[in-house]
Amino acid sequence: MNPQQIAIALWTLVVKEIKRFTRIWPQTLLPPSITMTMYFIIFGNLIGSRIGQMDGYSYMDFIVPGLIMMSVITNSYSNVASSFFSNKFQRSIEEMMVSPMPNWVILAGFILGGMARGLGVGVIVTLVSLFFTRLEVAHPLLTLGVVILTSALFAIGGFINALLGKKFDDISIVPTFVLTPLTYLGGVFYSISLLPAFWQGASMLNPILYMVNVFRYGFLGVSDIPVGWALAAILGFIVVLFSIALWMLENGKGIRS
Amino acid sequence: MAEPALSIRGLTKVYGNGFHALKGIDLDVPQGDFFALLGPNGAGKSTTLGVVCSLVQKTAGKVSIFGIDIDTDFARAKYHLGVVPQEFNFNQFEKVLDIVMAQAGYYGMSRREALPRAEQLLRDLGLWDKRDGSARMLSGGMKRRLMIARALIHRPKLLILDEPTAGVDIELRRSMWDYMRRINEEEGTTIILTTHYLEEAESLCRHVGIINHGEIIRNTSVRELLAELDTETFLLDLAHPVESAPRVEGFQVKKVDDAQLSVMVHRGQRLNAVFEALGEQGIEVMSMRNRANRLEEMFVSMVEGGQNTEVRA
Repeated sequence: MNPQQIAIALWTLVVKEIKRFTRIWPQTLLPPSITMTMYFIIFGNLIGSRIGQMDGYSYMDFIVPGLIMMSVITNSYSNVASSFFSNKFQRSIEEMMVSPMPNWVILAGFILGGMARGLGVGVIVTLVSLFFTRLEVAHPLLTLGVVILTSALFAIGGFINALLGKKFDDISIVPTFVLTPLTYLGGVFYSISLLPAFWQGASMLNPILYMVNVFRYGFLGVSDIPVGWALAAILGFIVVLFSIALWMLENGKGIRS
Repeated sequence: MAEPALSIRGLTKVYGNGFHALKGIDLDVPQGDFFALLGPNGAGKSTTLGVVCSLVQKTAGKVSIFGIDIDTDFARAKYHLGVVPQEFNFNQFEKVLDIVMAQAGYYGMSRREALPRAEQLLRDLGLWDKRDGSARMLSGGMKRRLMIARALIHRPKLLILDEPTAGVDIELRRSMWDYMRRINEEEGTTIILTTHYLEEAESLCRHVGIINHGEIIRNTSVRELLAELDTETFLLDLAHPVESAPRVEGFQVKKVDDAQLSVMVHRGQRLNAVFEALGEQGIEVMSMRNRANRLEEMFVSMVEGGQNTEVRA
């Protein structure tokens, strides 16, 4: 395929993915908006007003970046996991496999589709948060860069999960038992400086901590960990996971007999 | 000499569980041919086509599509290939036109180029009025036609149809046959067909390959294959019931029911002799037909008898 044909194929796949999740918006876009509104009301307003300040900011201001990031992570991941697995399940993945579209285009198409939903939900949650707090962004470019990279990283993760999954249960195990706990323990609701030394060290092994903190740094200008380290870690994970996903696709893991 | 549309050499497939689905098959399908790949369930038809379409990974062997080795440039080979699989494999919640247009996009066709082609195909296949509806609202026959439209959107030179008329009523099946004949004869599209309706293969195809237990046991023209038939069985519907099967010298006659007889006729025997003998016994024949499709008789004898069995009906 020449570059123009590749661009058309990629655009086709991305548009198809976006159409898919917007067609079922009550399942994809509405629930995170309602859930996050609840978080803002309960944790931010009701409980947060009794907690006081965290790292020098009101509790509401502190948790908003983490909650936006949590939505982006969950939705980027689950969009690709469920969409690609459904394609496998319905065998509509064969439409792509019989076409001359390179494997990296298929991978990129699903990742971009997942990012579109993750970032779309991120925007919705950000807009909802404006009802509860006055949001200021200390480092706009860094904020944007981190949320895009994080979205890409978890979209790739969702793709690998879908490739490996054999039944629908398999694509809900990771979000339920891995992503959600790591996100809650990734400093969304607290600063790790509040933890004892041992648990601070243990928290440093949680990759989501880095993403949440850099994102929060982009908004508030405060972070528990060095920003450069966090960016390097995110980029490193993206390169490694993208390579693994592409290798699996090239070798037909989970899709070719 | 033109490259074959499809050339397979020594194709072997061993599945993870150790099952030898293909045992080094060789097969050539000439350009412009209408070719039937026949075989009982589990014989290796779908595995063979799966390898050609990149849905199944081969264990060994060479596959070329219009001279392009799929191991060296599968992407280029895929441009020549259109596939209509056995099972519906599109997202049933998408609109009919979107399904066809998305496939065009995967082949790098711009919307401006693809839309007129999609319209022409959907009109030809009687789906244009359904273009904005969800694919799940289509009937089974319409879904099959949608898969044909999708497979043809990029003008492939080789079309693979894996049981395209399964579950389709006879009227629709005939109209699909006409369409397939047309694209084969007028557009020169090479077609490879698998089917369980052997009447379909006999009616449509010029060449036939029979696969059994992962081996090609026959690859010849339909005409040559049928010429080898040395016995046909006819069913005779009688005007009045008979108590037992009449004796007809030189023919094996059996009573099917009170008003129907079956007669085996070997090559060279005159059917008139049967009517004369029955007439002499006061048995009046109202109508007559083949007991089964001729190719079906041949096919059954080959796959039941094995590769070296003499072909007899």
